[in-house]
Amino acid sequence: MTLDVKIKKKLGDFTLDVAFTTRDQVLGLLGASGCGKSMALKCIAGVERPDEGRIVLDDVVLFDSAKGIHLPPQKRSIGYLFQDYALFPNMTVLQNIQCGTKEKEKARSYLKRFDLEDVSGLYPAQLSGGQKQRTALARMLAAEPKVILLDEPFSALDNFLKSRMEREVMNVTDHFDGPVVFVSHDRNEAYRLTDTIAVMENGRIVDLSEKHELFQAPKTLAATLLTGCKNVTRVERMADGTYLALDWGIRLQEPKEGNKDYAYAGFRAHYAEVMDVAEEGELNVIECEIYRVIEDTFSFVVQCYPLGVEERTEYSMLTFETGKAEWKELREQYQDHLRLRIPEEAVIWMER
Amino acid sequence: MDWFPLWNSIRIAAIACVLVFFTGIAAAYYAAKLPRVCKGILDVILTLPMVLPPTVCGYFLLLVFGVKRPLGQFLLQYGIKFVMTWYGGVLAAAVVAFPLMYRTARGAFESFDENLSHAGKTLGLSNTFIFWRIRMPACKQGILAGTVLAFARALGEYGATSMLIGYTPGRTATISTTVYQLWRTNDNRGAFIWVMVNLAISTVVLLIVNLLEKKNKR
Repeated sequence: MTLDVKIKKKLGDFTLDVAFTTRDQVLGLLGASGCGKSMALKCIAGVERPDEGRIVLDDVVLFDSAKGIHLPPQKRSIGYLFQDYALFPNMTVLQNIQCGTKEKEKARSYLKRFDLEDVSGLYPAQLSGGQKQRTALARMLAAEPKVILLDEPFSALDNFLKSRMEREVMNVTDHFDGPVVFVSHDRNEAYRLTDTIAVMENGRIVDLSEKHELFQAPKTLAATLLTGCKNVTRVERMADGTYLALDWGIRLQEPKEGNKDYAYAGFRAHYAEVMDVAEEGELNVIECEIYRVIEDTFSFVVQCYPLGVEERTEYSMLTFETGKAEWKELREQYQDHLRLRIPEEAVIWMER
Repeated sequence: MDWFPLWNSIRIAAIACVLVFFTGIAAAYYAAKLPRVCKGILDVILTLPMVLPPTVCGYFLLLVFGVKRPLGQFLLQYGIKFVMTWYGGVLAAAVVAFPLMYRTARGAFESFDENLSHAGKTLGLSNTFIFWRIRMPACKQGILAGTVLAFARALGEYGATSMLIGYTPGRTATISTTVYQLWRTNDNRGAFIWVMVNLAISTVVLLIVNLLEKKNKR
């Protein structure tokens, strides 16, 4: 199956403007809250109407503003899992599932598949979080959807419950034969559950790549920040091909591939190396002063400012992360000053 | 003793309550979907009967349905007359009780989680099913409260009723107009009996509501 989406919708201050095509795989829509990702799902499901565009599932036109087609959600065969599950509070688990299918036998088989037989007569308010999610999944699948939309199903859960519920959802998406769109603001969650990720910012898709590629080499600043990179700087290309990192006051080695005019560069906090000595003006090396050390569960997060940079900007602060044992050694050795080297292959280059 | 006012009051209140139940819910449902400005204007118009003195409502009703008015004359051709008839009392009670139903139902609909309706639609459920089997049960408390308030208000209606249908024993007399009429003519004992009757009905209604609420609690 192929889901082809190209829609525009004006929403108060900003415009939702997304276009993507996805086949039988899991596509993640990753973005901060309020970037329009849930609205995109609602438009695909048909409960909201886009201002213009086209939504096509294989050869069925679900929406086409030019031809005035707006298929009601009832006829779209699109399953939707809501953040709070949206179980009908006045119906039992079995009755909820029967809303998806009229066949009693089928409803029973979904009860069994999702291990809900013991609670089939209970009301949603009497269920645990896991049972609620399983009921919602069973109800959605009982309607035999051709596409599944998952709208931040885990955002209201604590970490322990979250990993269990993630596995439940994975069981469903692994066996589902059709496109799945998964909306999330959590990069780790998106990475675990999806194949391809579309990064959204202000209603637009700013990067759409296979997930490994996206986390290794995000193409835009928004994608880099959303994939969790804490160190970025504005850069300026010099005559000799090297780049001047404006916010860090150092020079970066010329990128090997592509000779594009990059606007930003960055590196992930755990890729920096601490050096003993460096030559004067050596490329990719930052002398910095420690500002704060934060002890995390399994590591130390060191925040520092580059030395010799007069003006501090939102990008000036550098974050360096290291294991607990390593940090204790480093601290004794270097006190308040660190010399960080960014390995050439760890630099992320971004276009404007 | 003539029990006509009791029977008349109950039929007026019951029919008015049924009318208001459906019109109030429909108005609340569609008003909730309107853009903000239209909603504000409509809200003022639909709520006015609640804040206006009932006699003012009665005056307006006479202005529209009076037998010498165009609409009143038009209806008269078909034998429909709201002035000085018992079903005129239904009209008066319904107009005054409507805002209570409308406002409580609207409050209930506004707090309804639209995702439930969205979920129903994606599951292929019809809009009618979603309205009656999902939205209404979820808003049950508010709607029940609105119905009771509307019924109580219709039963106790005096101002607009006395303006529109007056007081004719055996034809338009209701409990509230009877109480006033008897007290005015110095029949304190008769007035007291009807006061007690009214008190009894109100108590029974409230008891039924409490029972219903308990039964529905899960």
